[in-house]
Amino acid sequence: MSAATVVIDGARRRRPLLVDAVTDTLTIAQRNLITLRRVPQLLVFSTIQPVIFVLLFRYVFGGAIRVPGEDYVDFLMPGVFAQTVAFGAMNTAIGLATDVNTGLIERFRSLPMARSAVLTGRTLADAVRNVLVVTLMVAVGFLVGFRVGTNVFGLLAAMGLLVLFGFALSWVFAAVGLAVGDPETAQAAAFPVMAPLVFASSAFVPVESMPGWLQAWARNQPLSAVVDGARALMLGGPTAGEVAQAVAWCVGIVAVAAPFAVRVYRRTV
Amino acid sequence: MTETQNAILAEGLQKRFGKVVALDGIDLAVPGGTVLGLLGPNGAGKTTAVRVLTTALRSDGGRAEVLGIDVAQHPAEVRNHIGLAGQFAAVDDNLTGWENLRMVGQLAHLPRAEVAPRARELLDRFGLTDAADRPVRTYSGGMRRRLDLAAALVHHPPVLFLDEPTTGLDPQSRVGVWELIGELVDDGVTVLLTTQYLEEADRLANRIVVIDHGRVIAEGTAAELKSRFGSTVVEIGLPSEAAALRASALLARLAVREPEHEGTTVWVPVCEGPQVLMDALRTIDAENLEPTSLTVREPSLDDVFLTLTGRRTEEEPSEGDEPRKGAA
Repeated sequence: MSAATVVIDGARRRRPLLVDAVTDTLTIAQRNLITLRRVPQLLVFSTIQPVIFVLLFRYVFGGAIRVPGEDYVDFLMPGVFAQTVAFGAMNTAIGLATDVNTGLIERFRSLPMARSAVLTGRTLADAVRNVLVVTLMVAVGFLVGFRVGTNVFGLLAAMGLLVLFGFALSWVFAAVGLAVGDPETAQAAAFPVMAPLVFASSAFVPVESMPGWLQAWARNQPLSAVVDGARALMLGGPTAGEVAQAVAWCVGIVAVAAPFAVRVYRRTV
Repeated sequence: MTETQNAILAEGLQKRFGKVVALDGIDLAVPGGTVLGLLGPNGAGKTTAVRVLTTALRSDGGRAEVLGIDVAQHPAEVRNHIGLAGQFAAVDDNLTGWENLRMVGQLAHLPRAEVAPRARELLDRFGLTDAADRPVRTYSGGMRRRLDLAAALVHHPPVLFLDEPTTGLDPQSRVGVWELIGELVDDGVTVLLTTQYLEEADRLANRIVVIDHGRVIAEGTAAELKSRFGSTVVEIGLPSEAAALRASALLARLAVREPEHEGTTVWVPVCEGPQVLMDALRTIDAENLEPTSLTVREPSLDDVFLTLTGRRTEEEPSEGDEPRKGAA
């Protein structure tokens, strides 16, 4: 009966499930943030591409793009911020695919932890990373002549909206990463989804300059909504409608993608 | 709960991935405090069986329990009592050894005050104290496995699943891991060990179950399997090929199977070593054949495996032969 005695020995204090879910999420998030600190290249690489875009559009293409009523650099930067968090969401897919690949997820599955924490911890850590990345990009913006037309609260609210958008997309890419299960494929699978979202949007040029059929898409997709919301908050103008629409997109994406990602998590590995 | 003596019990486990039948009705019973070696070639279903028993995968049929707890009905409860060390060292490369163990301790919900002391204790026991604050990516293969094993033990699980714990390790590190596993067994832990190394099963397991194509094809102690499916082999070297050929013909009547010969060497499978050896020597001496070498090889699990599956085990299985993801 040695087995039975060990069972009693192994009985742990029971905590409410929600407490477990929160502490496990923080443990996983902490683990992911340690990785970020120890491999700072990850942060550098995720800002190099947007910085190149800033330089490209500010100094190469920007001269040829006319935006009514605004300096192009002011129009451009909120678009670049949204692009940055959108492409950054691919890191969620790559990170989870790596965990599947190395077998770390298998270890998590064998532990008596809250199962949702593997995903919530990852998306939370990626949101923290996005705070750093967006802050860095705002600083880059200031260096190339970007000026906030409203005030510091508008700026912070816009940054918050961008981080929320990144968080929402993280859930989409969590499902992608788990489903494909290897980092290279995750990256390759993400790009074709991202390109029409980022480039066929109001991020870099006014939607009015596009052909009619493309306008229909560009006006009614989440990235444009977030860019418009962030622009309103940073540059001025009517904010309520724009921001509400952007937040609604983010909430909607999480509401659909999060349960889906959890389902994929239960199925995979 | 009639089977409480069995720490691990599986009855008629079935699992298929699409058209591939991974488990075709597996029965297993591991009494508490013993080690079961689950042996089989790549793709035999070893890893799938472990994943069902550790609640990572649901079986399509049959049932399984760990410490009397049904794995399908109470997976969360089962996870409180099991430790898993996988085929691929499942530790985080970017975290230090200490951070890895602390993370597992937190996720296993050890009382907060116990997490750090437990991590330090395990690092010490597994000879990793000096490397505790180095990222795991700087570790050698053997160190990673030891850390992986330590991570499986953080929450004092009474039942341990080791899925090919020494695959890909050099011989010295392998012996090191074996010694650690031996110590755990001495502490009363129940172990289910999958392996492709017969020597590993021979050395660690109380009982061995051989599976192939998702079915159990033999079981017993190592000694039982050897006497049932293997045989003692007398190896005699002779001065010439002609002499070897003659010796082979002469010794056939002593052998349990047809003797084999190659070049100047003859292998005679026999049932009782010493006695038959005397007879064999007398026989060839009577014909004036002088042996140049003489070896008696005890039956090995390799013979058992060859007899049962018609295949030798691969000495160095290539990593990734069994799919990591069950998505197939």
